[in-house]
Amino acid sequence: MRPFDYTRAGTLDEAGAQLGKTAAVIAGGTNILDLMKLQIMTPERLVDIGRVPGLDGIEADGDGLRVGALVRNSDLAADGRIRAGWPVLSRALLSGASGQIRNKATTGGNLLQRTRCPYFYDPAMACNKREPGAGCAAKEGVGRMLAIFGTSEHCLAAHPSDMAVALRALDAKVAVRAADGSERTLPLDEFYRLPADRPDIETVLGPDGIVTGVVLPAPVAGSVQAYRKVRDRASYAFALVSVAAVVTVEDGRIARARLAFGGVAPRPWANDAVTAMLEGEAPDDALFRAAADRLTADAAPHPDNEFKLPMLRRTLVSVLRETTGLAEPSIGTDRTDAAA
Amino acid sequence: MHTQLDVNGRAYALDHDPRTTLLDALRDHIGLYGTKKGCDHGQCGACTVLVNGRRINSCLTLAAMHDGDEITTVEGLGEPGALAPLQQAFVDCDGYQCGYCTPGQIMSATGMLEEAKAGDPSHVSASLSGDVALDDSEIAERMSGNLCRCSAYPFIRQAIHSVEGKE
Amino acid sequence: MTQTFKMDEPLPRLLDETRQGLIGTPMNRPDGPLKVSGRADYAADRLPDGTAHGVLVRATITKGKVTRLDESALAGIEGVVAVLSGPNFVRNPAQGMAGESPVQPGPRVDYHGQPIALVVAETFEAARDAAQRLVVEYDDAGGAEVDPDSASEVETDDPDATGDWDEAWGRAAAKVDVTYTTPGQVSAAMEPHAALAHWDSGRLTLHGSQQMLRFNRKELADAVGVDPSEVRILSPYVGGGFGSKLGIGAEAVSAALASRDLGRPVRVVMARQTVFDAVLRRTQTSQHVRLAADADGRLLALGHDDLVSNLPEESFAEPTTNASQFTYGAAALRFQQSVARIHRTPSGSVRAPGEAVGMVVLEAAVDELAGELGMDPVELRLKNIPDTAPLTGQDYSGRRLADCLRQGAERFGWAQRPKAERDGDWLIGCGMAAAARKNMLTKAAARVRLTGAGAVVETDMTDIGTGSYAILAQIAGELLGLPESKVEVRLADTDLPGASGSGGSFGAGSTGSAVFLAARRIREQLAAQLGCEPGELTLQDGIARGANVEKSLADLVQDELVGEAEIASGEAAKSHLSAGWGAHFCEVAVHAWTGEVRVRRMLGLFDIGRVLNRKTATSQAVGGMIWGLGGALTEELHHDPRTGHIANRDLANYHVAAHADAAGRIEADFVDDRDDWANPMQSKGVGELGISGSGGAVLNAIHAAAGVRIRHLPATPDKVIAALEAAGR
Repeated sequence: MRPFDYTRAGTLDEAGAQLGKTAAVIAGGTNILDLMKLQIMTPERLVDIGRVPGLDGIEADGDGLRVGALVRNSDLAADGRIRAGWPVLSRALLSGASGQIRNKATTGGNLLQRTRCPYFYDPAMACNKREPGAGCAAKEGVGRMLAIFGTSEHCLAAHPSDMAVALRALDAKVAVRAADGSERTLPLDEFYRLPADRPDIETVLGPDGIVTGVVLPAPVAGSVQAYRKVRDRASYAFALVSVAAVVTVEDGRIARARLAFGGVAPRPWANDAVTAMLEGEAPDDALFRAAADRLTADAAPHPDNEFKLPMLRRTLVSVLRETTGLAEPSIGTDRTDAAA
Repeated sequence: MHTQLDVNGRAYALDHDPRTTLLDALRDHIGLYGTKKGCDHGQCGACTVLVNGRRINSCLTLAAMHDGDEITTVEGLGEPGALAPLQQAFVDCDGYQCGYCTPGQIMSATGMLEEAKAGDPSHVSASLSGDVALDDSEIAERMSGNLCRCSAYPFIRQAIHSVEGKE
Repeated sequence: MTQTFKMDEPLPRLLDETRQGLIGTPMNRPDGPLKVSGRADYAADRLPDGTAHGVLVRATITKGKVTRLDESALAGIEGVVAVLSGPNFVRNPAQGMAGESPVQPGPRVDYHGQPIALVVAETFEAARDAAQRLVVEYDDAGGAEVDPDSASEVETDDPDATGDWDEAWGRAAAKVDVTYTTPGQVSAAMEPHAALAHWDSGRLTLHGSQQMLRFNRKELADAVGVDPSEVRILSPYVGGGFGSKLGIGAEAVSAALASRDLGRPVRVVMARQTVFDAVLRRTQTSQHVRLAADADGRLLALGHDDLVSNLPEESFAEPTTNASQFTYGAAALRFQQSVARIHRTPSGSVRAPGEAVGMVVLEAAVDELAGELGMDPVELRLKNIPDTAPLTGQDYSGRRLADCLRQGAERFGWAQRPKAERDGDWLIGCGMAAAARKNMLTKAAARVRLTGAGAVVETDMTDIGTGSYAILAQIAGELLGLPESKVEVRLADTDLPGASGSGGSFGAGSTGSAVFLAARRIREQLAAQLGCEPGELTLQDGIARGANVEKSLADLVQDELVGEAEIASGEAAKSHLSAGWGAHFCEVAVHAWTGEVRVRRMLGLFDIGRVLNRKTATSQAVGGMIWGLGGALTEELHHDPRTGHIANRDLANYHVAAHADAAGRIEADFVDDRDDWANPMQSKGVGELGISGSGGAVLNAIHAAAGVRIRHLPATPDKVIAALEAAGR
């Protein structure tokens, strides 16, 4: 860890004024300190927003909810409204990290956490995300945990968040405060950039921006929601693949199928064509297999993670079977109230 | 820089490097070596303490971020001759071997029992709405942030189970 | 003074005659209250005034030379004290029981991750920062070979073989000819390697995290160039070893060197990543197993060949086929090892070297043979228990393998086990495997002092979680007729008599026997004082009885009685093959879609001779079983294909089993026995036996559940899915 100045911001304005290219925000700190200890991030100033008032609540926002950036992952997962109306978000949060980390990690920090690509994490190895133009050691290296969608020749890293995958399936938006104090909300696909030739720039936040919260749209009445995470041990591990699903079946047909995929892309991944294949159709194994094939048709795996294609397909089929009633729901699949 | 910590009911005024983690502050500044460093990256749980009653990894937070906070470490639960029930249960159930992860397991379990009492669900809860019944699989999931390489896991859970619901 | 006893033949079972009733009981660990209250002091749990902090720097080339350490980047870092390297720096930890310094390569780099320098600073924060910013210049030799499968330098032993292979193989009714692979693994003890060194008048004191102090003292002395008598090592609490702390390593040597140079205490604690880089790993293995049997299931041929790897100059080679050589009999046997010389982090002993990977594979192959024969796997094993050790002709000493198999099957409900059942999308099945690990006796000394107030046991034995504090108190208390509260055990200080150390599962048997013999000498003295023959003496709860006299120890022992004894292996080890035995039974669930595997329940039944402490022995056995489970399902080092370095060098990415992986009912128990040829206590080692075969039972259960054989460990979801898809499912 390089030396830095530590300042505690009392307000967002104070925090904003202290940010810049050589500064970084700290809130929960569970990822940034991990990275700073390894000198993967070397901010000269650390702006602690942990005690800024007004960012740690979950409040009604129309028919939806606004979740403050400082809401702890465990508090968000345990919130009664979330559990009832947006259960996929609870499930995703609870599948991530550990009880201790969830007690510290924040909503904003979870969105902004960095990839766990082993080459990003090792300053001795070339990484374009750490040092633009340095090259990508992962390409011909160990690739088990890398992405299969949305990569570029410059970066193959996967985004590690579970929470963000659920948010994508819920069509949530990220609230972002700009340097001038203005705020806008962005869908996740706009908030996260794909790596292209600048994998170091992961979001549209910019050096002065601060994530202030997440906006959840109204709950999807009568939906069946699921988060399924497949990993290398039973708990406390990052996803090999994950599937978040918010599915509504009406009159024997799939009325709505919002799906997002984790562990497979530089951001929570979604595929409109897959949704289009499913919506309006009757639940059916052959249909699900075709949708899964469609999903992985675009994949560009590393030689070490070709397994993610069949794994993702099978996990998606399993989730679709449970969320559409072809199979009994297992733990992780929850039904929301029929009334909104 | 200066930080005030309340550790196990006692006030400490620290003059420290901004880089000092809460873990290193507890160990090398205050001299409470019960809290262990196993990985320094939140990957093992050996450093678990309670901050304002909630369990966290003390390695993944700066001392500076906890000015005025109440910290409970394993030393604060009990001592030989006057062990807390959970500590005694670890002894009776052989819920350890080498003992290095043990303070973290005990602090994590202490925090976890409160979370369960509050009705917080886990990844393996059958329902998100019901009460939490702390069966073995629930305890295992909730304690998975605490690695034990000796693999005393079944005995750790037996110890936790034996005190669950008792004050 | 010291009585030396060689184990040539059985001794009477004195522990069955003594009256205290302490031996074998599930006594709580006397060190427990300190451990659960955070008051047991491990190596890094102290910071004497004036201590400087050292952080190790690793090589970031695979092969070549360090040409310069450029400290200019450290100029602005406040508190940097020194950057140390030089000819005494060690390349890697000493192999177990080396008793001399590990390789000291000077500027030569032999693997990516090798410790090459120590940065010392006034604070840990400054030392860590400076260690990361130190610029190292290299002469990179390039072209280092890092892949065992394509290595150009492979040493192949002559096979150990008996019988006519071609004849036996040719007349078989059923055959299995399979290759399994196991990945590199690490010990990953929860306590990172740590050392605090300070010198006083030319004498070095090291608070270290070490398993075998008698050897470590010589290793450290040799590394820093002093006489062993000038070195004292203390390791009263060790946060797990599993082989990784058998020998002295870079943290201890660099702390000692820096402390001597700087004239102040220096503490070096390895970062977790450094533990992965610079501590001996378990080699990956490729294992070719051939089994042939007649129609009745009698083995005709058993072949087990392996390819392992290590660095040049490292003598250790994973003894993969150890237990394969004596568990089953066959007309023809063949074992052959090859060692690929490659430039990865060197390999060494990790808990149960040999059996941990070898018995997984042998026992999975035996399960495959049972399938070929259409025979129950328990029956197949029972049918092939040999009369004498097949390669050596030795008699077996205590061997209750058949009882473990039969009673284990009974208790698990093997006959009524679920077969190819389904629970939702989870496929359920059961598997089993045998366990075997050779039992050893090694040189160990101990002293027992008895006063009217109680006894003190003194030896430099370590307790790495194994329960030494408990069992040594029980042995002394049992022989001297004292309750546990009257026995104090002082361990892990090289000023005390030299013990076996903790390794090879021989610690309890070896050092325990030294304590037994030392206490027995005191019994002889007490008998003499009482005026009776030692055989007539009874001791219980502080009262001595004999020759119709009864006296309290407080009255009998005026001053202090001292017994000191040493034990060494003798003829018994040549005439008899002593081993621990067991059987594992396991039920798993395999997810039909995602390929995830969950262990639902597991039972291990073991023969470890006399059980010294039922509680700690059970913990050791269950811990071993979970290691086996982790090896079968989750653990795997990933080496970069270019540099050979461990890419998953932390605990987030190297997956030791977590609570949730061991969430099923995992139980161990013992068949009570006495192994008269093992040692004077008739006990056998337990620390590594539980691993032996455990993973095999898991793999066999996966096959029973899902119909797929996973031959490349670990059985992660991707491999299960690939196998399911290959089977059209």
